[in-house]
Amino acid sequence: MLMVSITVFILAAFVGFEIITKVPPTLHTPLMSGSNAISGITIVAAIIVSGRAEGTLATILGVVAVILATINVVGGFLVTDRMLEMFKRDPR
Amino acid sequence: MNETLQSALYLVAAVAFIVGLKRLTSPATARNGNRLAAIGMLLATVTTLLGQEIVSYTGILVGIVVGSAVGAVAARRIAMTDMPQLVAAFNGFGGGASAFVAATEFIRHPGAIDTRITIVLSVLIGSITMTGSFVAFAKLQGLVSGNPISFKGQKWFDSLLALAILVLGVLLVIDPTSLVFWILTLLSLVIGVTRILPIGGADMPVVIAFLNAASGLAAAAAGFVIGSTVLIIAGALVGASGLILTSIMVKAMNRTLIGVLAGGFGGTSGPQEEIGQLPVKRATADDVAITLAYARSVIVVPGYGLAVAQAQHVMKDLANALQERNVDVRFAIHPVAGRMPGHMNVLLAEADVPYDQLYDLETINRDFGRTDVALVVGANDVVNPAARTDVNSPIYGMPILDVDAATTCVVIKRSLSPGFAGIDNPLFYMEGTLMMFDDARKALSDLVTAVKNV
Repeated sequence: MLMVSITVFILAAFVGFEIITKVPPTLHTPLMSGSNAISGITIVAAIIVSGRAEGTLATILGVVAVILATINVVGGFLVTDRMLEMFKRDPR
Repeated sequence: MNETLQSALYLVAAVAFIVGLKRLTSPATARNGNRLAAIGMLLATVTTLLGQEIVSYTGILVGIVVGSAVGAVAARRIAMTDMPQLVAAFNGFGGGASAFVAATEFIRHPGAIDTRITIVLSVLIGSITMTGSFVAFAKLQGLVSGNPISFKGQKWFDSLLALAILVLGVLLVIDPTSLVFWILTLLSLVIGVTRILPIGGADMPVVIAFLNAASGLAAAAAGFVIGSTVLIIAGALVGASGLILTSIMVKAMNRTLIGVLAGGFGGTSGPQEEIGQLPVKRATADDVAITLAYARSVIVVPGYGLAVAQAQHVMKDLANALQERNVDVRFAIHPVAGRMPGHMNVLLAEADVPYDQLYDLETINRDFGRTDVALVVGANDVVNPAARTDVNSPIYGMPILDVDAATTCVVIKRSLSPGFAGIDNPLFYMEGTLMMFDDARKALSDLVTAVKNV
């Protein structure tokens, strides 16, 4: 299982390198906040561990994990959208 | 929901992230790409919520409601100039989430040896990303000084911390005890703080990009802990993108990643030295307005001083006034013209400057020789010709905008004080350079009036 995971990780990293090298400097900030929102995928892990947590401490930690990941996801995608909305072509 | 269907939906989410990121590579499709990635995230979240692993929903729903509210308010309220802080904070939340996931999982069941390795990595990367990002946030927000902060023996202290973390990590993999786990977590949180505090404000673009990569790796590590492919893919994508941006920034600033992380370079104000002995040509708003109004082509070089003075809107007014006189106006954006990669582009986009008037360094540099006026507003080191000519200069070799090649170069600046690198700029004393000493916003609004009166 661990080897399969490592394989997936390395292949995905190559895909990432291939795509991102082509991003023009104009979009670096939205790219960073948008990719940051994608790293909020931890929300999936947070929900799973929170949903099966036993005991007070684990439950609290799980909920905090969900809160942090959700801020990351919701805030990240919204602020990226707000920025990209401002990027306009020259009408002339 | 059965497991095969769940895996299939996660795969769809992962594809949405990849295609979304790909669309982020062009301004025309970027907004759509971001939305596609958001839909992928929604799909992944709903798929997880409907999965069979979930025993209790109360805590999860509370978490999602609270997190959504905080995230939405922050995203709506933030000023574009404060974007670096916000991204730093979000990086921290993402890293923190991974650390908390690892802790929750450790308490439930430390698992077999390979799970324990991933738990150690997840809590380590997550904790460092969290506290490191919060320190970066505090520096950018001005809550702590932007100058490098360190204490005597810091390097020894950090090396000792790193060694302790390594030993505890190995110990934890061999024999998972709670005490070792919590000490390891605590030390990881501490090293995040002590590693970022000594880094100066000028290096923050690199730090944010690096922490961005770290938040991706933290997500991937959490994916290893719970054996989730979608986390590993998304985390690897973000890690890769963060590393590329880090390397772009490091090159643009003529630094090395090791050098940046070692700290001690570039505070928010460089060391003051005796400068300004040579004569400069001072110009009034009326002089500059005439030069600009009768030019055929003008290239504007905006720097962070423009953003600090909140002058991007009046800059756009000046560009409009010149364009009405059929002057060709373009903007040259240095990669580090702001507090994070691409920050200046966002600030100008906010002021309704169309993105096709913004040019990056490689594209525009050869055009300066064919340009009548280069207008430098609030930038210094990025237009310093010493980077090209003076082998003894600390910024020698840094890619700069060749504004000195233009027929006339107008520099709007408060004073002759040096930039982040703390070095004098020969550009100010050149034959073709006019200096306009004033606050960027005031100077530009005077210019708008003067150009309209020409």
